Amino acid sequence: MTLGPAARPARLRPLWLVAGAVAVVAAALAGLAFGPVTLPPGSVAAELLNLLPGVRIDSGLTEREVAIITELRLPRVVLGLIVGGMLALAGTAYQGVFRNPLADPHLLGVASGAGLGVTAVIAGRVAAGDATTNLPVGVPVAAFVGAVGAVGLTYLLGVAGGRGRSPATLILAGVAVSAFLDAAQTYLMQRHVDSLREVYSWLLGRLATAGWHDVRMVLPYAVVTAAVVLAHRRVLDVLGVGDAEATALGLHPQRARLVLLAAASLGTAAAVSVSGLIGFVGIIVPHTLRMLAGASHRVLLPLSVLFGGAFLTLTDLVARTVATPAEIPIGVVTAFLGAPFFVLVLRSMGGRTT
Amino acid sequence: MTVHVTGLRVALDGTPILHGVDLTVAAGEWVTVIGPNGAGKSTLLRAVGGLLPFTGTVTIAGTELGRLARRARARRVATVVQSPVVPPGMAVLDYVLLGRTPYIAPLGRESAADLTAVHDVLRRLDLEPFASRRLETLSGGERQRVFLARALAQGASVLLLDEPTSALDIGHQQEVLELVDRLRRENGLTVLATMHDLTTAGEYADRLVLLADGRVAAAGPPADVLTETLLAEHYRVRVRVIPGDHGPLVVPVRG
Ligand SMILES: Nc1ncnc2c1ncn2[C@@H]1O[C@H](COP(=O)(O)OP(=O)(O)O)[C@@H](O)[C@H]1O
Ligand SMILES: [Mg+2]
Repeated sequence: MTLGPAARPARLRPLWLVAGAVAVVAAALAGLAFGPVTLPPGSVAAELLNLLPGVRIDSGLTEREVAIITELRLPRVVLGLIVGGMLALAGTAYQGVFRNPLADPHLLGVASGAGLGVTAVIAGRVAAGDATTNLPVGVPVAAFVGAVGAVGLTYLLGVAGGRGRSPATLILAGVAVSAFLDAAQTYLMQRHVDSLREVYSWLLGRLATAGWHDVRMVLPYAVVTAAVVLAHRRVLDVLGVGDAEATALGLHPQRARLVLLAAASLGTAAAVSVSGLIGFVGIIVPHTLRMLAGASHRVLLPLSVLFGGAFLTLTDLVARTVATPAEIPIGVVTAFLGAPFFVLVLRSMGGRTT
Repeated sequence: MTVHVTGLRVALDGTPILHGVDLTVAAGEWVTVIGPNGAGKSTLLRAVGGLLPFTGTVTIAGTELGRLARRARARRVATVVQSPVVPPGMAVLDYVLLGRTPYIAPLGRESAADLTAVHDVLRRLDLEPFASRRLETLSGGERQRVFLARALAQGASVLLLDEPTSALDIGHQQEVLELVDRLRRENGLTVLATMHDLTTAGEYADRLVLLADGRVAAAGPPADVLTETLLAEHYRVRVRVIPGDHGPLVVPVRG
């Protein structure tokens, strides 16, 4: 126990990084190999390598099977990795910013806000008679506006309002904001009945119809979010001592919080706009990592991206194989796993009410 | 570094709390602010630490507090607040490393020099065996030493301590105060503290400031401030003051 001078600050140990990379690769291979047609993982790996320039391995797969991998399953797997990584990263960031282990893009109302934004765009487009199947490029922007509006509202209601609040206060505010935004969304859908089918298919999880178009649309936002949030990993640890002490240490807590909230909301919005509403990833992944790898954001944030992506890809695999030939919405699977988890986190907080 | 406070006024949520406080702590001096609960001691320390908006002037070694950038201020003034937040799951080493924040680029990471400074502080405070322990697993006395360690890691020459001993038994109180006194002598620190135990306050401080209702009621060497009349007036308590080896001994007596 006495490590003395050898003790080192919390840093991402190479072993954890390797574990994260292995999880991502394993989840991706599983996602590519299994489905209505099961392909040997070895051949799938060979075809993945063939995507690299200058590599030519004979995988023994037919042309049709190769197309299943590269055209159908790969975009879905890549999108799952990005969306899962974003949701887990955003969850970790929100939890750090609010110093609240229950904060999650979904429970804060951010996802609902983004959903309302997307619904407004889809409804507007259907009303205008645009019938292309791809989501319009304006969707992430609308989702971002909705997401930022929602987190601002939740923050005002839950943090600024009154003393003697507990971590649950913020979440209650988030629930109220979610309910309000969901109602606004339902209203919008009722007013534009012709868009119902399209909105629903998006709501229940768009991963099923994912194509490279979606990957291209979401990737720039994901890169910006990851870059900004990861750059703040040490700052998030400083924010952990509260605003007064962080100020005494020379930090600008409000400024840092604003930047982090904007980045996390951008990531959430981008994820929601291509994947629909998928809850609890932002709680399950960070909380598990916190127990296993420690509480420092220098460790948590990069691992959240990797394990969040792997987790969602595997969840998606379950969602599309467990009840074949039907697919169950991926949000249903994450909620089945996440709700008990929420109770676990709540219990682990004990009587803490700061 | 000399701390100079003139005409300090602070209002919290519209309520005036400090009504023009004047105070000087000479470089290397230890001044302790005493006064009943709610007198404004914490508010005074937070203002001097730059954590609250105020009117009046606070200068550190001649430079006005408001003219210092946050990071520059944090290199000169270190604060241990009354009840520091204990971040769940954080190791002692990482916590003390937070004290190096004013030296690390906002989005950068710590240098070898920062780590050396942290290990140096841990060693001087006998905290090395605890370096990888989680902060919440330490006892009250150990924790208080860790809070001090973070402040010392800031390398500031002005130390603000808000009731550093209130959570401790008398043995640990003495241990922490002796430690502060030793560090003050070794590093030439300027100390501004608040304390409730009047005898102890007088034993360790060069001068005392009695704060009552947001005003300085008395200031000077312990023997001038710890008088039966002043204490009776401002604490509404009957005390006997007995001369002691290191200052007056204040003993409450029944009326
Ligand atoms: N946010 C606030 N709004 C109004 N009054 C406050 C606020 N915070 C503290 N006070 C009041 O300021 C006074 C001084 O508080 P404080 O500086 O903590 O006193 P001390 O540390 O001497 O016990 C108290 O009467 C307290 O109730
Ligand atoms: Mg106080």
